[in-house]
Amino acid sequence: MLDHLPILQVIVPLLAAPACLLLNKPRISWLFACFAAVISLLISAALLNQVQHSGVISYMLGGWEAPWGIEYRIDLLSAYVLLIVSAIGTIVLLAANTGIRNEIDEDKQSLFYVLYLLCMAGLLGIVATGDIFNVFVFLEISSLATYALVAFGRDRRALLTAYQYLIVGTIGATFLLMGIGLLYSLTGTLNMQDIANRLPLVSETSTAYTAFVFMIVGVALKLALFPLHLWLPNTYTYAPSIVTAFLAATATKVAIYLLIRLHFSIFGDDFGGGVIQTVFIALGLLSVFVASTVAIKQPNIKRLFAYSSVAQIGYMIIGIGIGTSLGLQGTLLHLFNHALMKGALFLALAAVVYRIGSTDRACFNGLAKHMPWTMAAVVIAGLSLIGVPLTVGFISKWYLVLASLQSGLWPVALLIVIGSLLAVYYVWTLVESAYFGKADPSLNSASSPPIKEAPLGLLIPLWILVLANVYFGIDTRLPLEASAQAANMLMGAGQ
Amino acid sequence: MNLSAEMLIQLIILLPLAAAAGVLVMHRHPNIREAISLTIAVSVFILVYTLYQQIISGQTAMVTWTTILPGLSISFKTEALSVLFALIASFLWIVTTLYAIGYMRSHEEQNQTRFYTFFAISIAAVMAIAFSENLFTLFIFYEVLTLATYPLVTHAGTEKAQQGGRTYLRILLGTSIVFFLPALIGTWAIAGNLSFTVGGVFADDTPSLWLAVLLVMFVFGIGKAAMMPFHRWLPAAMVAPTPVSALLHAVAVVKAGVFTLMKTVVFIFGMDNVGELITTDFLLYLAAFTILASSLIAMRQDNLKARLAYSTISQLAYISLGVLLATEAGLIGSSMHIAMHAFGKITLFFCAGAILVVSHKTEISQMAGLGRKMPITMIAFFIASLSIIGLPPTGGSWSKYYLLLGTLETEHWVLMAVLMISSLLNIAYLLPIPIRGFFPGKQATSQAGDAPEKIQEAPLPALIAIIITTLGCLVLFFYPQPLFELAKMVGVAS
Amino acid sequence: MFFDLYNYWIVFVLMMIGLYMVINQSNLIKKLIGLNIFQTSVFIFYISVGKVNGGSAPIFSSTETLYSNPLPHVLILTAIVVGIATMALALALVVRIKKAYGTVEDSELQEKDPKC
Repeated sequence: MLDHLPILQVIVPLLAAPACLLLNKPRISWLFACFAAVISLLISAALLNQVQHSGVISYMLGGWEAPWGIEYRIDLLSAYVLLIVSAIGTIVLLAANTGIRNEIDEDKQSLFYVLYLLCMAGLLGIVATGDIFNVFVFLEISSLATYALVAFGRDRRALLTAYQYLIVGTIGATFLLMGIGLLYSLTGTLNMQDIANRLPLVSETSTAYTAFVFMIVGVALKLALFPLHLWLPNTYTYAPSIVTAFLAATATKVAIYLLIRLHFSIFGDDFGGGVIQTVFIALGLLSVFVASTVAIKQPNIKRLFAYSSVAQIGYMIIGIGIGTSLGLQGTLLHLFNHALMKGALFLALAAVVYRIGSTDRACFNGLAKHMPWTMAAVVIAGLSLIGVPLTVGFISKWYLVLASLQSGLWPVALLIVIGSLLAVYYVWTLVESAYFGKADPSLNSASSPPIKEAPLGLLIPLWILVLANVYFGIDTRLPLEASAQAANMLMGAGQ
Repeated sequence: MNLSAEMLIQLIILLPLAAAAGVLVMHRHPNIREAISLTIAVSVFILVYTLYQQIISGQTAMVTWTTILPGLSISFKTEALSVLFALIASFLWIVTTLYAIGYMRSHEEQNQTRFYTFFAISIAAVMAIAFSENLFTLFIFYEVLTLATYPLVTHAGTEKAQQGGRTYLRILLGTSIVFFLPALIGTWAIAGNLSFTVGGVFADDTPSLWLAVLLVMFVFGIGKAAMMPFHRWLPAAMVAPTPVSALLHAVAVVKAGVFTLMKTVVFIFGMDNVGELITTDFLLYLAAFTILASSLIAMRQDNLKARLAYSTISQLAYISLGVLLATEAGLIGSSMHIAMHAFGKITLFFCAGAILVVSHKTEISQMAGLGRKMPITMIAFFIASLSIIGLPPTGGSWSKYYLLLGTLETEHWVLMAVLMISSLLNIAYLLPIPIRGFFPGKQATSQAGDAPEKIQEAPLPALIAIIITTLGCLVLFFYPQPLFELAKMVGVAS
Repeated sequence: MFFDLYNYWIVFVLMMIGLYMVINQSNLIKKLIGLNIFQTSVFIFYISVGKVNGGSAPIFSSTETLYSNPLPHVLILTAIVVGIATMALALALVVRIKKAYGTVEDSELQEKDPKC
């Protein structure tokens, strides 16, 4: 049983999805989905533990040997990302039952869980597999599920958004497919480890460069790297809040994982003579500044945090661009931390939507009086987003600054710090209106019932994430250790 | 007592938190609630005093709570300046609690439990600031202090209180995140170490330009020191109930600011370094400007608390100036002024509160002739004013003397002139209040009516508090020795 | 030179046609057709890469020694399935959009919702 953990990680949610369809009762489907998610969380925890103690796990699907058969390969990096995805996926799912009650029709709620699990299975599959074509397949599984999930949104614009996301996502995936094809024609193998071994012989050919560009662009579309980020704000804004929380915390993280995998494991970090590093740093900084500046003016808070996500992705890209072990560790830490803070923020917004039905800035005026716990969560997660000490956000920013200083890139360090100030601004304006703003009298008139605190079904998962934000900001051993090991492993492989 | 010093430090920080919890639990029984506050305040003071005896005999101790990243930990350590600050803050906590009991009850304030709870939490933060072993720990509790005092500032809950609270948070959080945190990261990046070290943490070959920039960032970042142009939070915070203004905005919060500045200058930069930086002169003159400008503004304030607030800004700038002089005399002067100003200013605030409670007067122009009604309060006000001005026989004269000595040593004649002029301004804006209180002049008397007024002083606990701090001002003139010894130990390698 | 690699040129041309349609067409259905062409170009690329000059179909027989590579074809079967799923989903979305907005012209859709 233990030997089969790598495939079980993917199979459990994948098989649970159709089962949810058969159950067809929202509440039972939810319980069942939670059950499956918890199991996959346990599996990922076991996998991380196993990898840390006994090294890389290689699992041959169907017993076929590696270059011919499909290999599932769990190293430190994949185990770390698997844990993040399954943990956040589970916590958000816990909140889903309450969270979607007002946003999705009762008869479609079972379908929601089906898609949710499929999406999760796809994301986990991307991370677990060692076969690059398999990556494409899982990417499409998760993406297709995502398009449908986004289309669940109540606003009719959700449909248009889902359509646009589908177009962009498919173009991205096709680019990736093209790159895979070129790599295959170059090396004659699809196993990532095998490609990495054979690539150095042909790495100077134009085919290799073309493949690299195709794949990087494809992944960049998926992870919403500036200037290919335009699909993300709409998607996050119009998708049901629970879906936004899930996507923000996991989907982009997996795309980052894929980028790291391609850049460090397959092509090697010195591929192309370091030009790409500079490009990454430049794009990352642009992401941070452009997206943060745009975020400040957003009248819709969901959209505000969507832009903030683009900015945070920028930070992760900067870490990759710095290209040292420390920089990579910063990226990996931010991967984990950003999942925690954005998960918390979007769940808090889900709570607001649950009670008010909107995330317009005007609705937040004076909301702290009615929803103290939700708003307190926004404050803490917001502090984490800024990077205030004792929250996780501080740890990853600290590492990114340190990494850029260590590489002599002190302007980058300075810009990272200045970028955080923009976050201060948009978080503060939100907190200010929630705590000091005057509630719009029309919203809270005597005729309508007073706004109440969000139900426990949402508050508990929300506060789990918020407390995790604080806990891992103080007791940093788990993420620090795992990310350091993963970063060192990747840098070792790249040299 | 047989407690180890490590134990003591932790108890000093945790006991106020326990007081906060106790207050919350006992919220239905005001008497027990206040008894808890008072008892714990007294025991914290005793503990700090024990530490004081240890530090005098040369013992130091250190505790680490948790290490967040390698080299970045939350730790506490005893050191002369820490003990000095903790001693004052804990002593005045007792007195203020006493005062608050009288004030809050006779003023019939709402939400008294919330008040005492956050009050105790603030004290815990102050103690943690005092004993911080490194800049990182200090920064964290510096922010905690800001957040914990916010509910106290907005205690009244009125529109004006909200407004004041917003300014308060905005400036304090803003400066600390925009300047303080980046400066802290910069320090870490350059020096690789944030522990308070005698002589500073920077290597000798660090480019002085970087240090100069960092110093400016620290001075602006430590918004609690109220250096202009980031001083506006202090007058804004005066919407708080008087005991809060008294302890937090004359002692704990503002002194935490200058304390942080001193710690940074002495133990992060090192005195020798600071003296040589190109920006030091700029900052010195900024401090001088702050002294004069806020004194001038204070003269124009008719609201007593606002006048005291601007006076505080000016006195804080004295301390900053003394630190930035980077000489021994300046440092001693600043350290002692932390204590002297604390006693003087808290007395003044107490008096202001007493006047408010008894006669409901907030404007200075209404206070003529008040000395007949509240003689003790007005005498206390007079003595405390002398201490702020720096005239014998009050403690303030010692610290001002050393500050003057500091400017003399470094041959900063302009600064010396500023200090002297400012003292004159102090006289001009403080002394008229008690003088007109006793000798209102003809016009005011006729307004007040001819009937001799009865003596009606503040409630007894408040009155006792006033008398204690007033005596403190006098005692510190005759026995400044303990303070002086502590001040002399600051920055000297043990 | 040019004709030696004609298969790549076909792929390239199809890809650009597809991409152009996706970007330039206003009708949502036409966009999808473009997307389909775009995907198909990549499929053709895979299939043509698998061809080995002189090789026969990869069915084992005793007379042949040289076979074309079957793996890309298999991969493309999977990719086609994925493509069909995408297309089905996309068409379903278009149906919903038509119901919700009453049009499938991108330029008209933009005007139907308030800008935000």
